Amino acid sequence: MGAATETFYSVIRRQGITRRSFHKFCSLTATSLGLGPLAASRIANALETKPRVPVIWMHGLECTCCSESFIRSAHPLVKDAVLSMISLDYDDTIMAAAGHQAEAILEETRTKYKGQYILAVEGNPPLNEGGMFCIDGGKPFVEKLKMMAEDAMAIIAWGACASWGCVQAAKPNPTQATPIDKVITNKPIIKVPGCPPIAEVMTGVVTFITTFGKLPELDRQGRPKMFYSQRIHDKCYRRPHFDAGQFVEEWDDEAARKGYCLYKMGCKGPTTYNACSTVRWNGGVSFPIQSGHGCIGCSEDGFWDKGSFYDRLTNIKQFGIEKNADQIGMVAAGAVGAAVAAHAAVTAVKRLASKREDAKQDH
Amino acid sequence: MMDAVAPTSEAKPDLTAIAADAAGEQAVGRPTVYVYEAPVRICHWVNAVSILVLMVTGYLIGTPLPTVAGEASDNFVMGYIRFAHFAAGQVLAVFFLARILWAFVGNHHSRQIFYIPVHRKQFWKEVLHEIRWYAFLEREPKMYVGHNPLAQTAMFTGFTLFVAFMIVTGFALYSEGTGIDSWQHRLFGWVFAIWPNSQDVHTWHHLGMWALVMFVLVHIYAAIREDIMSRQSIISSMISGERQFRD
Repeated sequence: MGAATETFYSVIRRQGITRRSFHKFCSLTATSLGLGPLAASRIANALETKPRVPVIWMHGLECTCCSESFIRSAHPLVKDAVLSMISLDYDDTIMAAAGHQAEAILEETRTKYKGQYILAVEGNPPLNEGGMFCIDGGKPFVEKLKMMAEDAMAIIAWGACASWGCVQAAKPNPTQATPIDKVITNKPIIKVPGCPPIAEVMTGVVTFITTFGKLPELDRQGRPKMFYSQRIHDKCYRRPHFDAGQFVEEWDDEAARKGYCLYKMGCKGPTTYNACSTVRWNGGVSFPIQSGHGCIGCSEDGFWDKGSFYDRLTNIKQFGIEKNADQIGMVAAGAVGAAVAAHAAVTAVKRLASKREDAKQDH
Repeated sequence: MMDAVAPTSEAKPDLTAIAADAAGEQAVGRPTVYVYEAPVRICHWVNAVSILVLMVTGYLIGTPLPTVAGEASDNFVMGYIRFAHFAAGQVLAVFFLARILWAFVGNHHSRQIFYIPVHRKQFWKEVLHEIRWYAFLEREPKMYVGHNPLAQTAMFTGFTLFVAFMIVTGFALYSEGTGIDSWQHRLFGWVFAIWPNSQDVHTWHHLGMWALVMFVLVHIYAAIREDIMSRQSIISSMISGERQFRD
């Protein structure tokens, strides 16, 4: 880490871009955004003086799929995000430093950029047994997380783990893995759920923060609106088949070959908020539904605990046996119907009996 | 009067008292009382039809019909089913709301399905009496101008609460399609604070449908049965508004 805070300008100069090109870029940006003549110089000034945002990237209980996704970002390229846009000061997976050297960076960033750095968290802390189930640098991860969160500007909760808990928090959750927002309650938290989140969504969030110097607008559940305000279903290219009533009924039927809607195969697109159907994966090549498999709802809360990935209706386990709402409802309604019929029969018999009694009394 | 095993003579209601009960109405010949005002009746039948449509279309949304052949652009089966569901849902919501408003304006019978007088001992005693009547432990039913106490309890839970639950969860689910800037989301988006994964809201909405199916079964049965057994009009009352006592 440099002694003085690096600016965007110093980074691109170091990468061999001339001052002339830099100013061209600023003018072009201002023009294309439709800003006034003064804007170009203001953009240049901002890029020359604004320090790059320091980012600390920590790993709790997780599988590193978020990092794997992140490094495959195409727009922007992850190298631009990591090397130019932000100052990734700490990321134990990809950093060169190790051991005490690495841990020293945390302390340094914390004191030097108090209240200015972004804490990106991949995975979550297990709270059971005092956090014993995730030891990082000789300490429970939850302590490290709380320490670094204290002086952070904001926290990015990467992936389903940090946002909701994911597989390690699935029932019965033996380690008591807990999402970040249940542990850190006094900082703004941006949830970027998904297992993993889409690479471009991850770099997009980072780009937004570094470009505008503020956090993106969040929805009720703390997810950036720009990527999570619509369901997979809303923008799915197979949606016309859904509206038409054309569904895949079996994995190997004609409808599957024709690319019909996977609704009946348990696709969770209608209940999953993510950008897969628009941004797609691997540089926009494809996404699960496009490759013929339903969405499993990986960016949703507790998606491991909502029964099979291949059922339309969720199984309900509260009744001892696994049944879905229709099965329970039909049994209950059937019972009520039978009770009504029985009651009606008894009523009729009773009525007949009392009529005879009345008739006898009359005679 | 509230003796558990009431002798027959006691169970006979004071009809003049009942007749006087309906504001200013006179009982002529067979005593009739004006109970259900026109807005109440209209709401009842509109809600009944909406609920029927909602149940059928709702079931078909959860368990769609077999795949249709042909081009997607030539078919709109699921679209029509969903349209019917959303349209009926909004009709139900409007008439449910209108019904609540009428409770403020209408006669005291129109308020009956919106509360249970939990604090009144007499009310619970009469609920017990009704339960005993349905359990064939009472020989004679009591007559009521409006709902009997058990019916009032059932209407409040089975209709008012359940339908309110369905309207709230229904609009929350509808807001998923209309988007987070829609008024539906602004008004009902808080449902997703309770169930962050909307899959759960779908499941609860589904269970709510079955709860309503059960309510409808009991409701229709009780109406027909009371019509025959309690010697007072029930079904025709919801058309004419008048309750006739046949004793």
